[in-house]
Amino acid sequence: MGLNWFLLALPFIILTAAYLFASHMRLADNPDDKLLPPVSKMVQAIKQYAWTGDRTNGEQLMVQDTLSSLRRLVIGVGSAAIFGLLAGLNIGLFPGFKALGNSFVKFLSIIPPLAILPILFIVFGVGEVGKVMLIFLGTVFLIARDITLTVESFPREQTIKALTLGASGTQTAYQIILPQVMPRLINTVRLSLGPAWLFLIASEAIASTDGLGYRIFLVRRYLSMDLIIPLVFWITFLGFSMDLLLRKFAERKYPWYVKSGG
Amino acid sequence: MNGSNNSMCVKAGGLEEKNILHIQDVYKIYGNKVVLDNVDLSVARGEFCTVVGPSGCGKSTLLRLILGQERPTKGGLFIDGCPAESAGRDRGIVYQKYSLFPHLTVLENVLLGKKLCAGIVERFRKHKTFEEEAMHFLEKVQLREHYKKYPHELSGGMQQRVAIAQAVIMNPSILLMDEPFGALDPGTRESMQVFILEIWEKTKMTIFFVTHDLEEACYLGTRIVALSQFYSDGRKNNGNKGAKIVADYPLPRKATSTMVKAQASFGELIQKIRQEGFDPKHLQHVTEFNLKHDDSFQTLTPEEAQR
Repeated sequence: MGLNWFLLALPFIILTAAYLFASHMRLADNPDDKLLPPVSKMVQAIKQYAWTGDRTNGEQLMVQDTLSSLRRLVIGVGSAAIFGLLAGLNIGLFPGFKALGNSFVKFLSIIPPLAILPILFIVFGVGEVGKVMLIFLGTVFLIARDITLTVESFPREQTIKALTLGASGTQTAYQIILPQVMPRLINTVRLSLGPAWLFLIASEAIASTDGLGYRIFLVRRYLSMDLIIPLVFWITFLGFSMDLLLRKFAERKYPWYVKSGG
Repeated sequence: MNGSNNSMCVKAGGLEEKNILHIQDVYKIYGNKVVLDNVDLSVARGEFCTVVGPSGCGKSTLLRLILGQERPTKGGLFIDGCPAESAGRDRGIVYQKYSLFPHLTVLENVLLGKKLCAGIVERFRKHKTFEEEAMHFLEKVQLREHYKKYPHELSGGMQQRVAIAQAVIMNPSILLMDEPFGALDPGTRESMQVFILEIWEKTKMTIFFVTHDLEEACYLGTRIVALSQFYSDGRKNNGNKGAKIVADYPLPRKATSTMVKAQASFGELIQKIRQEGFDPKHLQHVTEFNLKHDDSFQTLTPEEAQR
């Protein structure tokens, strides 16, 4: 147990030590070096970012940026989850939908979302919609494909069984299969959060007036590594928390999932 | 996927109306592989009909046809006088596995059929009645205290008892069972055999029971049917023929005691059916099958009947 914890912490310790050492060496050479700022400078920068208000309207920047980014992320991934679930369920279950949608979804899922970012900005404008659309389009097809495969992997006996219990086709889809897909959907969403952050930061970097991605690319102009590094950690922490939260939620809500080999 | 079967179908009259299950001249061909080859079978109400046969002979195919999961290539299948089309609530099914829904508790699994068949308003109004009925059935299968558990928390035998309750609560015209005890250890298996006989005696339900275990089939059934591809007939292309019913015996309904399994006559019957159905070297001619049961019939084409 103790050894496990030690091994778990080891790479983090090595990374931190290496940074501190390199930073110390560079600062010894040139006290004004901006590339590898000392921890004290990072703390100062984040304090200023978090607690000092915006010069123009006095709002707290860190809170504002975080909320803006999270809102885009949640709306984008959330709508992708709902849409992907419905599409995947119907394509996986009903031959008609499969013939209609399966190849189309496969085709769309290959389009690199960042390549159509300009189109999105032209069509939906540089406001919120364009950014949310990028996240949506970047994740929805993967989710839909994964749900389709999940539904297809269910034993045929289940649908037949449901029919013998008097279920209609729609009831089978939405009352029998859908609840069983939910934990899988949560896992797929967890995996989609990585790409979702990528699309969020990319779109915020290109056209935005707030958000964590915007902030990073803004302070990059001043080589403010003392703020960029803490921001990267903050984003990582947010991503990690969301993943953990979803995992814990699925474990509580669907206790049968892992145990029955789902 | 369609809902329940239409009970207002045009009835054809004759045996198919008298008996709960009637199969006539049924062929099932996949590509150019014949699986079922002119199968005829009629099963009376209240019968406990067991079906045996060597593996790969098409027992499961026959079951899927009766379920309405697949259609025969040729021939007719009737449930209660109506053509067996898509699966519906007139036919209950218990599989070896996958009968239970893993995301529902034991009680919810048993309740499911009742809920699915009720309208939204009825579902709320009769919630208590449904639940009491489900608990009553759980009591019958001796699982009352486990009602809150999920299927994965139960042993194999318990899972199958829940699956039986889940099917029986819907009061189907015929209960289909596809090797339901095949995955259980011998001890559990025997107690489940006694258990299903008790359920059958109480409900007087028609049961169609597919198994590869001859002893189980002879012990449980009031009628045993052997499906096999090992026979000879007058047709020239001997390489590609499917299974037929090669033996059909009525079985005496004895006490549920498992002691009968030790009797000599029980062993003799098993030996006889094993030879007739399972021995690739013992090829009976189609005109010489032992079709002893009163309901059995055979429609041979002239070519098949040739010597």
